[in-house]
Amino acid sequence: MAISKEEVQHVAHLARLEFSEEDLERFTRELSGILEYMAKLSEVDTSGVEPTYNALRLENRFREDQVQASFPPEEILSNAPEREGSSFVVPRVIRS
Amino acid sequence: MEHRSLLEWRESLRRREISARELVEYYLERIRRLDPKIKAYLTVCEEEARRQAQEADRRLSAGEDLPLLGVPLAIKDNICTRGVRTTCASRILENFVPPYDATVIERLKAAGAILLGKTNLDEFAMGSSTENSAFFPTRNPWDTERVPGGSSGGSAAAVAADLCAGALGSDTGGSIRQPASFCGVVGFKPTYGRVSRYGLVAFASSLDQIGPLTRTVADTALLLQVIGGPDERDTTSWPEPQPDYLAELEKPLSPLRLGIPKEAFGEGLSSEVRRVLEEALREAEKLGHEIREVSLPHLEYALPAYYIIAPAEASSNLARYDGVKYGFRAQGRDLIDMYKKTRSRGFGAEVKRRIMLGTYALSAGYYEAFYRKASQVRTLIIRDFEEAFRQADLILMPASPTPAFRLGEKTDDPLKMYLSDIYTIPVNMAGLPGLSLPVGFTENRLPVNLQIIGPQLADALVLAFGRALEAALALDLKPPLE
Repeated sequence: MAISKEEVQHVAHLARLEFSEEDLERFTRELSGILEYMAKLSEVDTSGVEPTYNALRLENRFREDQVQASFPPEEILSNAPEREGSSFVVPRVIRS
Repeated sequence: MEHRSLLEWRESLRRREISARELVEYYLERIRRLDPKIKAYLTVCEEEARRQAQEADRRLSAGEDLPLLGVPLAIKDNICTRGVRTTCASRILENFVPPYDATVIERLKAAGAILLGKTNLDEFAMGSSTENSAFFPTRNPWDTERVPGGSSGGSAAAVAADLCAGALGSDTGGSIRQPASFCGVVGFKPTYGRVSRYGLVAFASSLDQIGPLTRTVADTALLLQVIGGPDERDTTSWPEPQPDYLAELEKPLSPLRLGIPKEAFGEGLSSEVRRVLEEALREAEKLGHEIREVSLPHLEYALPAYYIIAPAEASSNLARYDGVKYGFRAQGRDLIDMYKKTRSRGFGAEVKRRIMLGTYALSAGYYEAFYRKASQVRTLIIRDFEEAFRQADLILMPASPTPAFRLGEKTDDPLKMYLSDIYTIPVNMAGLPGLSLPVGFTENRLPVNLQIIGPQLADALVLAFGRALEAALALDLKPPLE
């Protein structure tokens, strides 16, 4: 199962990644190889088989919605690459 | 004094034959002398460990009795430690200092343990050799030209070289058990949910599990006792209380039916590993257990299914690294460009490869063919194990198809590297407990481990059998370092 360079570029955009031309060629080659190996799965008959998302088959566990202490804003902001007062700073999103 | 077990150190500390301060100095001296060669640690908490040791000595003199009081441990650097840098061996988290402790760290501290340092790993735990660390590769204490395995290679090497009394790692597809085999230490992946994942930096949430790496099975039981059990902050943690693992080890073991999956001893297994494992099986028979063949017909599909499920979950989990709340940020023209530049410079090649693979498998038009299909195959793998456990109490398999390989040997071919985990991945897929136990050596004196697998929640039985085999084999597991 081969994947095209255009597809790789599209997936990169979805994943918010970008690649140089050289890396793009390499990733296209490597991903095609890996996907070819994955195609092995089509040998398996899975008709009527339920998918598993939790091996112990745990269902949702609910608890009371109670107010508990949260982290002080200062501690949470201490790792921010850029901040202003008690806010995270991001590049402008809305054009003026 | 070297290569003592954690339990032996604990006894010496209790009897006041050694102080916690002396024990910490013992390890700091070894780290200074040997770690430049091994490179197991990313961060050594020298001052903090000394301070904690003083506190432990004060409490020991006051007669306090805690399960790990004064015992210095190493922690894989994808487990959050309050105030201590937690990098996941990634540039993107190079300067991240967590404002909180993972549940396992909270529990270790409450039990009196000392945090000696944080160990190297493949970036975000993605890899099988620790060569994917953004900082430097770790070396195998048995042969420094070889890899320690991965992704918990730093923790495995630190235990093997006696650079800590014990360690924690994490295991998503074999990341505790495979490096334990390469380094000749005990490594245990508990049943999924036995140990809280709160504060473990998420890779593939339905597969990730924290576990111990130690010099003996009893040490593993002790660490598991402390870190395990239900946790409200992880809704996937198993709600029932855990058994008393150390007490279970003391009980006499009745004869067991040991299942050998024929699919796991075929093509792809190195002849040297096979020879060592077959000897171990004979030893198990001598102990009065019965060896019988079982079958895991979908074993060969576990690896391709895993390499869809794990990257799919990873692509979603790693979306949080966006250069906003923590970690590295690159400048960009606008928000999207900032995201792309931050992530492209912050992540290494293997992490990007898996994010791409996972994003592709989850994208419109491919979800059914890949992610859903793989999750159905996962069900079939679970059924295989359920069937096998009707005929056997435990299943024995290789922990790795080969002994430790050389640095650089597999870095050019991702698929070849992925095959290192062919025997460990099915166990994560089914959520089972798996113990990686040293059982012998190759002719070049590289360690080989056996993998002991139990049904879900049968962690205590796995450890009990492991301990019996460990005692019968009585191996000398000291690498030729000095």
